[in-house]
Amino acid sequence: MTASQILNFYGKAMEDPLIIGGEQLSSRLFIGTGKLGDDALIPRIAEASGAQVITVAMRRVEKGQKGIMSHIPAGMRILPNTSGARNAEEAVRLARIARAAGCGDWIKIEVISDARHLLPDGYETARATETLAKEGFVVLPYINPDLYVARACVAAGAAAVMPLGAPIGTNRGLRTKEMIAILIDEIDLPIIVDAGLGAPSHACEAMEMGASACLVNTAISSADNPPLMGRAFGEAVKAGRGAFLAGLGAVRGRAEGAVASSPLTGFLR
Amino acid sequence: MRNFEDVLAAWPVANRDEIIEKTTRIDVLRTLDKAESAALSPADFLKLLAPAALDVLEDMARRAHELTLRYFGRAVSIFTPLYISDICTNQCRYCGFNAKNKQPRRHLSVEEAAAEAFAIADQGFQHILILTGDAPKLASPQYIADVVKRIRHRFASVGIEVYSLSEAEYKSLIDAGVDSMTMFQETYNPELYAWLHPAGPKKDYKYRLNAPERSARAGMRSIGVGALLGLEVFARDAFATGLHAWHLQRTYPGVEVSVSVPRICPHEGEFEVAQGVDDRQFVQYVTALRCFLPRAGITCSSRESANTRDHLLPLGVTRVSAGVSTAVGGRATEDLHNPGQFEISDNRSLEKMMADLTALGYQPVLKDWEDPVVRESAEH
Repeated sequence: MTASQILNFYGKAMEDPLIIGGEQLSSRLFIGTGKLGDDALIPRIAEASGAQVITVAMRRVEKGQKGIMSHIPAGMRILPNTSGARNAEEAVRLARIARAAGCGDWIKIEVISDARHLLPDGYETARATETLAKEGFVVLPYINPDLYVARACVAAGAAAVMPLGAPIGTNRGLRTKEMIAILIDEIDLPIIVDAGLGAPSHACEAMEMGASACLVNTAISSADNPPLMGRAFGEAVKAGRGAFLAGLGAVRGRAEGAVASSPLTGFLR
Repeated sequence: MRNFEDVLAAWPVANRDEIIEKTTRIDVLRTLDKAESAALSPADFLKLLAPAALDVLEDMARRAHELTLRYFGRAVSIFTPLYISDICTNQCRYCGFNAKNKQPRRHLSVEEAAAEAFAIADQGFQHILILTGDAPKLASPQYIADVVKRIRHRFASVGIEVYSLSEAEYKSLIDAGVDSMTMFQETYNPELYAWLHPAGPKKDYKYRLNAPERSARAGMRSIGVGALLGLEVFARDAFATGLHAWHLQRTYPGVEVSVSVPRICPHEGEFEVAQGVDDRQFVQYVTALRCFLPRAGITCSSRESANTRDHLLPLGVTRVSAGVSTAVGGRATEDLHNPGQFEISDNRSLEKMMADLTALGYQPVLKDWEDPVVRESAEH
């Protein structure tokens, strides 16, 4: 079995790749590069987690291939992000700089103009998405899980949408679960849950719901042992994906579960 | 829109003192619990500055450490200051540049300033902070803009720490390539301020108090505020500083607000430190700021020793200077051995600072932002 295969109902191997911008990915965990005490940990985290996509803040990338970029394993898909951009114009310029610097055509749009909560600006994000998609970028916008914003990003040509599970860096898990479920139902693009996932169980839960992938940075980089935490997230994402594909059994709620008889419809028997 | 003057006026010192006095150890612990998952109010911040918090300093430190790790990870930004003119018309009682201090003065030409800046860039610094004395005719906004334009292409970010400017003047400096400003109010007690600043343009308390907001309205990307600890009763200026940053964050959400925590040290002259802040209070301040403003940068200057600075990193400090000289000239232009603005306690070079940060498990960050417009124009 290859990494992108899973076993089907009959025990046969079947493909389950994630396709973004025409590219097939076998790992559904995306990782970050910020907040680490030492960038030399990046290849170890990448290997342990099995991640194929890694996001890098252009604000920290130095001219030439010094610094962060020199630590990213060859063959990984780089997902440059526009962290620091406060409006669509800045995000667009950062994307172009990323492409010119040899980071490829993928771009995660982050437009944040709120230093207290670091919540993304949906309107500016959709604007940047439109401009960059027209320029041939594979655009992954980071958004609040808002259906209207997500639809605007779809219309603007996004390749996937990245709703937040909780405010960035909080490690608080899937606080926006109901809203993300709506995006999974309504948006015909990969939904990649980004931000706020603090434990492997959170990532697993997102995958069980039908999210296409998860992006995890803080929880891995701030762990005592980042590579080990990377591996734990990699396994959690796989487990959650497997559960989603297997089809979770229905949960019996209190109201339906506890009552043996049918007081209102019993007369029908 | 309320400016900070009004916000601060809503917090009379007597009311603050009463809250501080009533705060118990349990109140502090409850506030620290709240900080785990919710935003603290200014009243909560006040509790963390109460003497009662000193009894649970380790708990304060634990919460601050956890929040710092959450929002900043193990990354520490590095910058260096460049003093380009020490001619000053003010008479700030605590400052080495006080106009009454009889000492040789120096004002670099634009080319001399550029030579100094380029020597700094050659060392590897990418974030630079330009400082001048308060002599607006000589070290004019135009002069500062000329220096910034001349050096801009060699740096990812250029900040200023100069006298208070008008909104239009801030705008002209932003157009020249400035993306951050630092303004120390020194003290938020107007009467004390008046006594400390007997003459010179800096005498105008309110003009200085509202300067950060003028720069925000002009479009400044990043703004730092701070009081000079040791002038006023600790908790009073500590609270006002946090409140100032809090107000700026809420009013100008697009601005990156940071707080500097300078503690007064002896200078060229004789100034008696009336309200010395000891190390425990200093830790209380940094950790309280981190809990109140979890995503705000905290800058600790080389006024503090290497040992103190290193130990403050886990507690909330996210930005440090290195290779510091507070005197004008001496890197690429002649060293006239002029006295600096204040004595520095941490003489580490960039190289040493980076090595020490790495040894402590921190990643030194030389570039944390670069205006994409400036970068594009530099590349073309």
